[in-house]
Amino acid sequence: MDIWMLMTILVLACFVGYFVVWGVTPALHSPLMSVSNAISGVVVVGALITAGIGEMNEVKILGLAAVILASINIFGGFAVTQRMLLMFKKKKVSTPDVKEKK
Amino acid sequence: MSNGVLSFCYLLSCVLFIFSIRGLASPETARRGNVLGMLGMAIAIAATLFSPAVSEYIWVIVAILIGGGIGTYFALKVKMTSLPQMIAAFNGMGGLSAVLISLAEIISGSELLIENALGLIIGAVAFSGSMIAFAKLQGLISPKAITFKGLQLINLILAVLVIAACVYFVIRSDINVFYFLAAASIVLGITIVLPIGGADMPVVISILNAYSGWAAVGIGFSLNNVLLIIVGAIVGASGAILSYIMVKAMNRSLLSVMLGGFGNEKNAAASAQGENKIAKTGDTQDAAFIMENANKVIIVPGYGMAVAQAQHILKTMGDDLHKKYGVEVMYAVHPVAGRMPGHMNVLLAEANVPYEDVFELEAINREFATADVAYVIGANDVTNPLARTDPNSPIYGMPVLDVAKAKTVFFVKRSLNSGYSGVENPLFFADNTFMLYGDAKKVTEEIVSVLEK
Repeated sequence: MDIWMLMTILVLACFVGYFVVWGVTPALHSPLMSVSNAISGVVVVGALITAGIGEMNEVKILGLAAVILASINIFGGFAVTQRMLLMFKKKKVSTPDVKEKK
Repeated sequence: MSNGVLSFCYLLSCVLFIFSIRGLASPETARRGNVLGMLGMAIAIAATLFSPAVSEYIWVIVAILIGGGIGTYFALKVKMTSLPQMIAAFNGMGGLSAVLISLAEIISGSELLIENALGLIIGAVAFSGSMIAFAKLQGLISPKAITFKGLQLINLILAVLVIAACVYFVIRSDINVFYFLAAASIVLGITIVLPIGGADMPVVISILNAYSGWAAVGIGFSLNNVLLIIVGAIVGASGAILSYIMVKAMNRSLLSVMLGGFGNEKNAAASAQGENKIAKTGDTQDAAFIMENANKVIIVPGYGMAVAQAQHILKTMGDDLHKKYGVEVMYAVHPVAGRMPGHMNVLLAEANVPYEDVFELEAINREFATADVAYVIGANDVTNPLARTDPNSPIYGMPVLDVAKAKTVFFVKRSLNSGYSGVENPLFFADNTFMLYGDAKKVTEEIVSVLEK
């Protein structure tokens, strides 16, 4: 694809990222970091293309190593995000035993 | 699979990724968002595997399973207090992956020299920087700012060297220069993060997060892949915004954080000043008594709570106060409390504190005036009133929690030492402040045992 086409996409994506990320509540900044971490593991797509060639040579080995590393990033990132998010719970409706104080 | 279908799948996963971040706008939608993110990644991987570019499957799938197994194992095993270093480590893996891809591209004769070089440099810095951040957070090396004379000069020389090597490589396309570029970038990542100390870690982690996004953009350009460019840009924006929020919450500039060694020179002056002042020591009996008779207690957690793993007992204390004595309990979280953005929120959530009880700086500050007790546990600089009143203080202008406005303030701390900034906290010597010396967990346990009597 034409370099300027890619540049256009890059700049527009920056704007999307800017607005979406400002909408994230500060309480969830840790999950934001780990999920964006997992998502940045999308370089695995590049790694798969490199590793997917038919013959076994140094390029393929580098590609396979890149696939392993990116997969650690992806699976680890999503799993740890899910663990964090499962902990954020709503308040159970509870009233104190002592109703009014002196 | 035709190119049209492939492009459509990539578009779909882009949209799903955007929704996954969008979901984090509220804890209610966040879990669904994360699942959408996983779905997006699954689609991206499956579509690539079925594309004509991939012709061998067994090794590739084995590699995915190995990496997936390792990542999942550590993600499920890690303790919540070790989360910052875990995230740093995962981040480093992504960076190294980008390095290997650009290396493979160049070896296999790619013509896109600038693109690959950029992917390599950013990926390498993200990798080695994340590893140093990991080592610091894990305590493998000193978490303090490691600086020595000439470090800034070394950084500058390395940066110039990297740029020069990059230009030379683009002109000459010599693979040996590419190896040199990789090595120099890795060293640069190390020397950038070394001088940055403990409490500045939230900024560093955010910046490294951004780097791994920009590395993906670089790889996207070299592989002509729109998915990588879009996703990398969004991750890059996320890291950049988080760093901005963190830096702003400390009222510092990005440059001053990167230069490191914050507050070292102020130490001596500050402690000399404090000698003639007396801080009152409270005991846990009195603290428990005052809190059970209060109407409103605000708990201010900091990194000390994380170190002592005191979040669970803290939740027990809050519950006892609320259920037994009808006290209104709130939690106040400063943006830079802890070692990564949102660190305190995660720890409180782990202890089952409902997120409606946890408030951000702006929301909680007006509540302190009507609070009877502020219970500050393992926090210091983020409560220092000098940030408002003393223009000469290094932390002047930093937004702080108005703890001083509460009727009584309890500081749970090991000693009177100043915080990370090296600035003494005058609040320790205020009339309505009582110091509860000791380990955050032990002190809180003692209070709970009194409350439950």
